[in-house]
Amino acid sequence: MLRSLAALLIFQCLGESVSYVFSLPVPGPVIGMLLLFAFAMMRPAAVEAIEPTALELLRHLSLLFIPAGVGIMVSAQAVQGEALAVIASLVVSTTLGIAVTALVTRALLRRQRRNTTTGEGTS
Amino acid sequence: MNSHLPITKLDAIWVYLAATPLLGLTVTLVAYLVAINIYARARHNPLANPVLIAVALVIAALKITDTPYRTYFEGAQFVHFLLGPATVALALPLYRQWDKLKRGALPLLGGLVAGSLTAVISAVGVAKLFDASHQTLASLAPKSVTTPIAMAVAEKVGGIPSLTAVLVISTGVFGAVSARWILDIVRVRETEVRGFAIGVASHGIGTARAFQVSEEMGAFSGLGMGLNGVFTAFVVPVWLPLLLRWL
Repeated sequence: MLRSLAALLIFQCLGESVSYVFSLPVPGPVIGMLLLFAFAMMRPAAVEAIEPTALELLRHLSLLFIPAGVGIMVSAQAVQGEALAVIASLVVSTTLGIAVTALVTRALLRRQRRNTTTGEGTS
Repeated sequence: MNSHLPITKLDAIWVYLAATPLLGLTVTLVAYLVAINIYARARHNPLANPVLIAVALVIAALKITDTPYRTYFEGAQFVHFLLGPATVALALPLYRQWDKLKRGALPLLGGLVAGSLTAVISAVGVAKLFDASHQTLASLAPKSVTTPIAMAVAEKVGGIPSLTAVLVISTGVFGAVSARWILDIVRVRETEVRGFAIGVASHGIGTARAFQVSEEMGAFSGLGMGLNGVFTAFVVPVWLPLLLRWL
């Protein structure tokens, strides 16, 4: 467990460094994720060692958002006066975002599948 | 009421504990355990979202005891900090699903671009209909992506980063709670597509929900969240100012 936690932290440090050195708009942990992914491709054996702790952390991902969520307590007044606009915007755009992503992805997946199976009389 | 001594004593203990990080950390973990217990009893109904319940419990506890957020965060920051390593950890489910991802790479990218642009444009458009200020529009635009990226983008396009942080969390909770019904209404049944859509539109909180459903859904959700984070970080600062000027 300690080894895999260390591995995750090392990749986060690497990601933070890359983000800082190239002044990228993408935060360090996201780059760390890409680096760990590349590393896993090169050294599949390392995955077995890191995976149990990593999955345990992801299983409790909800827990990690609680401190930031409680922050709503202090910053909610920033939307006062525009609460209706903000709520309507959040509800509509999140609903559309989920629906459009799902529908477009599925349509493209089906088209791809049809193209690869042409001649077999599907669709 | 008849004796003030025990209450003063309790007060003193509370003040003593609140001065250390111990209390914030304990309150967070206990609230989470209560929340996942309720979530399990509700048979993982999305309405019983654990983030939502736990946040409500902690806020109630802080209000009742008159504890400022800053004091609470001194302890809770240790939990908050783990978001970094958890984001790095998303590489592993991604690695496990790689074959499936590779095969669907182009459709996933197409869905990402369509969904991400839809979310940004509709967020700004709807708020504009309600006459929201320019600053609010700019703060709303990046709300579908993970907090650090969203705050950086908001700052670049003239929004208020702290407001964006609130909007990001609210979007995540709303997405995690409502995704099941939205996806059922549009009749998308494929696990990988459902997961991907949740991640694109409601980042880590949506991804947390997806991992509770299955590891496969979580992997695709994590991918959607990561890709939309990168896409938004590079693309939104370029074209959003043009859209805002035109509105």
